[in-house]
Amino acid sequence: MLAAGLRYARRNVSLVVGAVFLLILVLFVGLGHLFVNTSRSRPLSVPALRPPSWENPFGTDRQGRDLLAVMVAGTPLTLRIGFVAGFLGVGLGSLLGFVSAYYRGKLDTVIRGIVDIGLTVPGLLVLIIIAVSIKEGLTVDQMAIVVASLAWLNPTRTIRAQVLSLRERAYVEVARLSGMSGPAIIVKELMPNLLPYLAATLVNSVSNAILASVGLEVLGLGPIDAPTLGMTLYWVNYNAALINGWWWWWVAPIAIILIVFLGLFFLTVGLDELANPRLRSAV
Amino acid sequence: MPVDYLAKRFGVFLLIVWIAATLNFFLPRLSGQDPVRVKLLQQAQLGGYVQAGIDAMVKEYDRRFGLDQPLWVQYLAYLHDAARLDFNYSIANYPRTVNEIIAEAIPWTIGLLGATTLLSFGIGTFLGALLAWPRAPRWIRFLLPPLWALHAIPFFLFGLILMYLLAFRITVLPMFGGYSAGAFPALTLDFAADVLKHSILPAMSIVLVATGGWALTMRGMMVTTQGEDFVTFAEAKGLKSLTIFLHYCARNAILPQTTGLALALGQILSGAVLVEVIFAYPGIGTVLYHAIRENDHFLIQGIVFTVIVALGLATLILDAIYPLLDPRISYRKA
Repeated sequence: MLAAGLRYARRNVSLVVGAVFLLILVLFVGLGHLFVNTSRSRPLSVPALRPPSWENPFGTDRQGRDLLAVMVAGTPLTLRIGFVAGFLGVGLGSLLGFVSAYYRGKLDTVIRGIVDIGLTVPGLLVLIIIAVSIKEGLTVDQMAIVVASLAWLNPTRTIRAQVLSLRERAYVEVARLSGMSGPAIIVKELMPNLLPYLAATLVNSVSNAILASVGLEVLGLGPIDAPTLGMTLYWVNYNAALINGWWWWWVAPIAIILIVFLGLFFLTVGLDELANPRLRSAV
Repeated sequence: MPVDYLAKRFGVFLLIVWIAATLNFFLPRLSGQDPVRVKLLQQAQLGGYVQAGIDAMVKEYDRRFGLDQPLWVQYLAYLHDAARLDFNYSIANYPRTVNEIIAEAIPWTIGLLGATTLLSFGIGTFLGALLAWPRAPRWIRFLLPPLWALHAIPFFLFGLILMYLLAFRITVLPMFGGYSAGAFPALTLDFAADVLKHSILPAMSIVLVATGGWALTMRGMMVTTQGEDFVTFAEAKGLKSLTIFLHYCARNAILPQTTGLALALGQILSGAVLVEVIFAYPGIGTVLYHAIRENDHFLIQGIVFTVIVALGLATLILDAIYPLLDPRISYRKA
C-alpha cells in the first residue's frame, strides 16, 4: 500500500509539491501555537517598528504587533475564510450542478442562465458592494459568507459539465433502467466517480476564495481587528511600509500567501491528474 | 439568422445591466445603514461638536437625494437614472458628480487594461503554441514551470515585489502614480513618455501573471488540435512544418482562446483594480479604494455599475464577432 503510494507520488510530482507546501504551513501554524505567544499579535504589545531580531524573529509593525505572532494567529484565519467559503461554494455548486445536469429541462436552463450571467460579472466588484453594505464590524466568519456568496458559480458550471458527460455512460443507464431513483443514482453512481474531480474543484475554490478575501481585505473591507494575512497587507499599504523601508513588515505575509497559493495550485494540478489520467501524457 | 442571435445576446446584456442596477440599489438598503446621516455625523464630529439640528439636516438631504420617497418610487427613479448613466453626486467630493470622477479615471484603467490584456494575450498565446510544438527549440520547455507558478500568484502581490525590486532597491522606475508629481497633463511627447514610464511597473505585474494563463490554455488546445485528422493529412501531403504550425494548428487552436477573452477580462479587471491601489495609479481602482475609505456609497455604486456595463458591452462585442472568426460556429447554434 505504502509502496504503491510512493510509486504514484513519483509520477504525480505536483500532488507531492502541493502537499509539502501545505504541510509546511500546518507545521508553522501548529508549532507556532505551541511556542509563540499569539496575544502579541494585538497592537501595542511590543515595541513598534523593530527589524527582525532574536526577540522578534519577524520584526514588529508600526502598531506594535509582533509579526511572527500575527502570522501564527492570522494564517489559520485566512485559511479558515478560504475553507468555509470554498466548502459552502462547492457544496451548493455540486448540488446545483448535479441537479441541473441530471434532470435537465427548465431547471437546467434557469440554473445555467444564472451561472453564465454571474460569471461574466467581475466577482471582486460585486463582493465589494456586498461587503460595503455590511461593513460595520465584519467578523472572520461573516467575511467567509460574503466570499461564499459568489463562490458557487464556478463549481456549478464545471461540475455540471462533468455530470453531463457521466450521465450518458452505460452503467448509469443500467441503474436507471433497474428502477433506481434520481437522487439515488446521483449519490450512489455519479458522486463516487466524481470524487477526485470534486476534490480538485474544492481545492481550486478554496484558493479562489482566499484570493477574493485577500483582495477585499487589501481594499480595507475585511475584519478590521483580525490579524489575517490580507489585513496585514492592508496595514502595510496604509502605512506605506514599502517606501519607508520597513521590508520585514511585508515580506512575511507575502511569503506565506505565496506558499498558500502555490501549495493549493500544485495540489489542484495533482488532483486533476488523479481525476483525469489522460492529462498525464500531456503534462 | 444573425438578427436572432444578436437580439438574444443583446437581451442577455440588458439583463446583466438590470441585475447589476438592482443589486446596487437593494444591497446597501438591506444593511439599514444611512450613508447621508453617517457622513453628516462624521463632519459634525470633525468640527468638534454634534449639531442639535442634525436630524433636520438629514431630512433636508434625504429630500434632495429623493431618499424620503417610498422604496418602489426610489427604485424606479434609480433605474431611470441608471439608464441615463446618471449616478448623482459623490458624497465625499460634493459637489462633484460621480460621472465626472469616473470619466476622469476611466481612460487610465482602459489604457492599462487594454495594453496589458493585448500583450499578455499575444505573448501567452504565442508561447503556449510553441510549448506544445514538438519542433520548437528545447529551451522553451523550461519556461513552462515558471509560467505555471506565476499564474497562481495574485497580481497585486507580484506588483509589490516588483515595486520593491525595481523602484525601491534599484531606482530605475517610478514607484507611484500615473505621471510625475508636478507634471501637467498635456498632449506632449514628454508627458506621454512620463505616463509610459509610470505604467511599466503596474503593466508588468499584470502581464507576467496573466501570460501564464493564456499560455496554459493555448498549449492545451494545441495538443488537442495536433491530434486531429486534418493535421495528419497535412503532414502526409508533405507541407512545410511552419505552414502546418501556423495555418493548421495555431489557426484552429486560437479560436477558443478568443472566447475566453471576455471571461478573462473580468478577472484581469479585478486584478488590475488591486494593482492600481498598490501603485496609486489614477484609474478606477484607486478611486474605488478612496471611495471605500470615505464611505462614498454613490461613487462605489457608480463605479461598479459602470464597470459591469463596460464588461457586458465587451462580451457582447466579442460574442458578435466570434462567428466571423470561426466559421464552424453558426449564429443559430451559438
